Amino acid sequence: MRPASPLQHAFATALLDPSLPTPAGLCAWNGSDPGVRFAVYRNNVVHSLVAVLGDTFPVVRQLVGEDFFGAMARVFVAEHPPTSPLMHRYGGGFPGWVADFEPATALPYLWDLARLEWARMAAFHAADADPVDAQALVAVLQAPDRLAVSSLILHPSLAVVQSPHPVVSLWSAHQQDDDARDQQLGQLRLDAGESALVFRVDDDALVLELPAADAALAAALAGGAPLGAAQASHPQADLARLLSVLLRHGQVIGVTSGPVSGQHAPNDTPQPAPETSA
Amino acid sequence: MPEERTPSCLAGVGLKATHVPALLARGPAAFLGGAGFLEVHAENYMVDGGPMLQHLERVRAHWPLSIHGVGLSIGGEGPLDEAHLDRLDRLLRRFEPRWFSEHLAWSSHGGHWFNDLLPLPYDRASLNRVCDHIDQVQQHLRRPLLLENPSTYLHYASSTMDEPAFLAEVVRRTGCSLLLDVNNAYVSGVNQGRDPWTLIEALPAHAVAEIHLAGFAEDLDAAGDRLLIDHHGAAVDAAVWALYERAVALLGPVPTLIERDNHVPALSVLEAEARCTLDAQHHALDSLVTA
Repeated sequence: MRPASPLQHAFATALLDPSLPTPAGLCAWNGSDPGVRFAVYRNNVVHSLVAVLGDTFPVVRQLVGEDFFGAMARVFVAEHPPTSPLMHRYGGGFPGWVADFEPATALPYLWDLARLEWARMAAFHAADADPVDAQALVAVLQAPDRLAVSSLILHPSLAVVQSPHPVVSLWSAHQQDDDARDQQLGQLRLDAGESALVFRVDDDALVLELPAADAALAAALAGGAPLGAAQASHPQADLARLLSVLLRHGQVIGVTSGPVSGQHAPNDTPQPAPETSA
Repeated sequence: MPEERTPSCLAGVGLKATHVPALLARGPAAFLGGAGFLEVHAENYMVDGGPMLQHLERVRAHWPLSIHGVGLSIGGEGPLDEAHLDRLDRLLRRFEPRWFSEHLAWSSHGGHWFNDLLPLPYDRASLNRVCDHIDQVQQHLRRPLLLENPSTYLHYASSTMDEPAFLAEVVRRTGCSLLLDVNNAYVSGVNQGRDPWTLIEALPAHAVAEIHLAGFAEDLDAAGDRLLIDHHGAAVDAAVWALYERAVALLGPVPTLIERDNHVPALSVLEAEARCTLDAQHHALDSLVTA
């Protein structure tokens, strides 16, 4: 690697830290203060990244308002600038960061809502996969001893979001017009937990509410647990109902004997999306 | 033959997801009279799956495609991002666009990505680095790169050559082509206190393979002079149209794209602007034929 020139390094550092002076060596044709012009770059960087986050987390933005969201997102951008030019992958760490963002702690459901919105983003761009072949599935279903030790391979777009807050109602209220939204929000009990499956169907990332026990079971299945063990550890859940939902929406893409390793995480602990260069 | 469409006159718009249904419903003959093309940002399509890629497949089946990268950071001090080059390679081989372009700018440093096109000093060290990077890109991707002139808001005291001389030398050394952004030429001209035409007339004409047009916003600098912001959020300005007509009179017809990334209007609004570029290209062609 070539040695970094002090000039570009100073430029990059000052972009994200407005307390730093305009880097030396920059000028305006008319001899005016280059700081005004450097501010254009600063604004471009910060505003474009805040806009990326606003597009990815539109309900969080509406819930806290443009001003609060802008201020919050600017702090995130300064602390966690992107490391990749793929802007649809920027913001995976935002929900977890929001959970610890002191000024937002009055809204304890905010990070769950952010997780839901990130799951939608990830679902929208996830890899394509065909539903499981019906005959393969029937073969497993007809052999009860095999069924218990079989695991499902679920669609790459599928995520499970579990929350102690009414995260699905909060999200769906913001898909409506203002009056309907306010009416729905007025009826919410903020301590009534909700869970959802998030997955892509055609051109949309759907949010489908599930009973908490079914969601926990779905998370276990998404984690690769065999059907028998998953059902045993979630006795309240309705495996038949969950399977029916997954199959109806084409979210089961394979069945294997024994636990599946390396399946995608059920998205309950948000992390920045990995760079896939393969 | 003033009204005859020729294959050498093409006009396009930047493809927005919201426009895809309208575009596909119309089909190529009903979009810009069959002389249309579409351009997309490469990075938006570096996804694992889903509707973005499916829509682009369908668009690609009907129209010439331009893939416009914003992620290579060709002017960056560090080495090029090999993983990003590989992603580009896969995307370009999948869609085989007619043009692939990138920017004379840098966007990443120290592992951080700034999501903006940042300026570089026009000196010998930058020239060597940019040429090395373009050589590497063209070898890796096995296709020519169109390099776009930037919009700039300030300049480096350490620059030892002007922008057209820098671009011309890059073209001479690497064999790359140019994407002439006439809006950038105008914005940079005003922002650097020089006549925008001096850039366009000094570029190697044979190398200009595509033209971009877009809108800018007005601001003022610390001395109260005009400071133009390249924001792709408005219609093409009259001054940029005038510069464009002069450019195609000099260069001949060049495939021309209307860029709009903010406050995106209906497809028909962008198409109307693109149609004006076809008119200008045909006019230039007629002048060349009769001259």
